[in-house]
Amino acid sequence: MARVTVARLDVANEPSGTVIALAGPLTAPALAPIWSRTKDAARRAKGALIVDLAGAEPVDTSGAALLLALEREHGERITLRGLGEQPTALLARLRAAVPDGPPPKVAPRTVTRTGLGRTLLIRVAFFGETILATLTLPTKLRFLRGGDFFRLTERAGTEAMPLILMMGFLIGMILAFQSAIPMRQFGADIYVAALVSLSLFRELGPLLAAVILAGRTGSAFAAELGTMMVNEEVAALTTMGIDAETMLVIPRMAAAMLVMPALAIGVDVAGIIGMGFVMMILGFPPAAILHQVQMATGPEALLLGLFKAVVFGAAIGLIGCRAGLTAGGGPRAVGEAATSAVVGGIVATILLDGLFAVIFYRLGL
Amino acid sequence: MNDAVAIVVDAAGQRFGTRTIFENVSFTVATGEVFVVLGGSGCGKSTLLKQMIGLLPPTQGRISVRGHDVVTEVEAVRRDIGVMFQSGALFGSMTLLENIMLPLAMFTDLPARARAEIARIKLALVGLADAVNLLPSEISGGMAKRAAIARALALDPPILFLDEPSAGLDPITGAGLDRLILDLRAALGCTFVVVTHELQSIFAIADRCVMLDRAAKGMIALGVPRDLQRTSDHPTVRAFFNREAES
Ligand SMILES: Nc1ncnc2c1ncn2[C@@H]1O[C@H](COP(=O)(O)OP(=O)(O)OP(=O)(O)O)[C@@H](O)[C@H]1O
Ligand SMILES: [Mg+2]
Repeated sequence: MARVTVARLDVANEPSGTVIALAGPLTAPALAPIWSRTKDAARRAKGALIVDLAGAEPVDTSGAALLLALEREHGERITLRGLGEQPTALLARLRAAVPDGPPPKVAPRTVTRTGLGRTLLIRVAFFGETILATLTLPTKLRFLRGGDFFRLTERAGTEAMPLILMMGFLIGMILAFQSAIPMRQFGADIYVAALVSLSLFRELGPLLAAVILAGRTGSAFAAELGTMMVNEEVAALTTMGIDAETMLVIPRMAAAMLVMPALAIGVDVAGIIGMGFVMMILGFPPAAILHQVQMATGPEALLLGLFKAVVFGAAIGLIGCRAGLTAGGGPRAVGEAATSAVVGGIVATILLDGLFAVIFYRLGL
Repeated sequence: MNDAVAIVVDAAGQRFGTRTIFENVSFTVATGEVFVVLGGSGCGKSTLLKQMIGLLPPTQGRISVRGHDVVTEVEAVRRDIGVMFQSGALFGSMTLLENIMLPLAMFTDLPARARAEIARIKLALVGLADAVNLLPSEISGGMAKRAAIARALALDPPILFLDEPSAGLDPITGAGLDRLILDLRAALGCTFVVVTHELQSIFAIADRCVMLDRAAKGMIALGVPRDLQRTSDHPTVRAFFNREAES
């Protein structure tokens, strides 16, 4: 926000005691720079503490909160000099309302703000069911909350990992088993190892991870944001002047994009283990299997797959959030949003995968 | 800008598709006034409120808040207002304290400790000092309304909009909220726009009121409640204000 007038603090030691002079507006934005210093001064004050408020105007509830905090820091009643009539009444009202005792602990998952300047931000808009991300640069970085991002990452990634590993293992086994039978007729069944690992790295890893992300996380995004829409929480954010898109969508998209490579690698590794398991049962020595895997896959195949995974994650995150934020009213709205997030996410993933197939083919990758 | 005038509603109307909810609603709210919007269910009170807070552009007419148009200068309007929605609209994933700390975190550079202290005071002000660490799902409906008022107060905006603050509350808690509104007005000089049905609370807090009516698709009364009770010749207005005689 533009121009915030700042409150001023002066501390003087007089024979009668310590005088803390506060001037200017005692409101939440204006108090920010001096809040801690003022409290420190009150704690260190020896003898009587006099707070001079002759130049303080206006004093709102945040200002009154500071005065109460000073009283608590000092440990005994303080003398207030020059406080206007209205704020005096307000202070009395607050003093009556506030219970004694220490202020509440700030819970660890509380609001945090990314302090990276407030000028640049990528805001993504999404039109219809197709992906059309427009990048603009509004001054909305302050609406991002780091805590959200970690919570979302944990839910979308860490908690999905067991399922991902199990699915990957089973798919690796099934693929190996199914292809080993026809390949054996040509005596080529050792190449099953190469075949399965290549298709895992390039196709199935990202694809399976995307399906699971759409089912677990895309739907959760839609349900969460849809509920917020229905409960007017998004309207409440908007009227506070908080950009709901930035605060709610960006961290979710970022989380989806961050976890997808990890999930895809999870599928890859578990799938190769599953495949190796079947191959060993079929009588191939581990060294031969490993050799085939190494021959077939390289960093290039892995990176292509991970790149696709990130893009799938972005699409699923965006579609899930959009489905939630366009939820209508009524009891069915949230369910419908979740459904369209899953369907939209999977369809978009497959369309994108087709697109990548063409592009990679053209590029000779 | 005229400092004495907080809100100007000039021939505002709202239509959804072909359905007209109301039209030609005009009034001004003076700075420091408690202005009540009343009327039967579905007459468009919440809709009018949403127009005044810049969430819903009026399909007819103009509305300005402290001299700023709610459509073209909505950012400026939002800096001046706090809103309590009919449903409370607390953020379900945050405790009450965090709900109130959120706007402080977004719009001030206060350290976390200071934000928590201020938020606790706001909660104490609405009588929720011992519920700071509860989630919205763990509190009663009346507590949720009060917490939502505390959040609307977070940045001490000059104008507060409250949609049915005392609906569904017991009379004692409701009267407590009325007193809170008057206290805040006295202490902070805030302007209040309050949607309410409660006759007692209208007489207790309202300086003036406007009454909307679904059948008339517009306003049917504007003025001081006691005067309307005595002098209005509109049957709906008379019926509404004279309920008190029965109870
Ligand atoms: N987004 C919308 N689209 C279509 N119609 C709407 C929309 N919002 C409100 N309405 C209609 O406008 C009318 C007025 O609704 P509003 O919520 O303003 O009523 P109200 O006076 O606040 O009622 P209550 O006292 O029950 O809260 C209702 O008939 C409602 O159906
Ligand atoms: Mg309503």
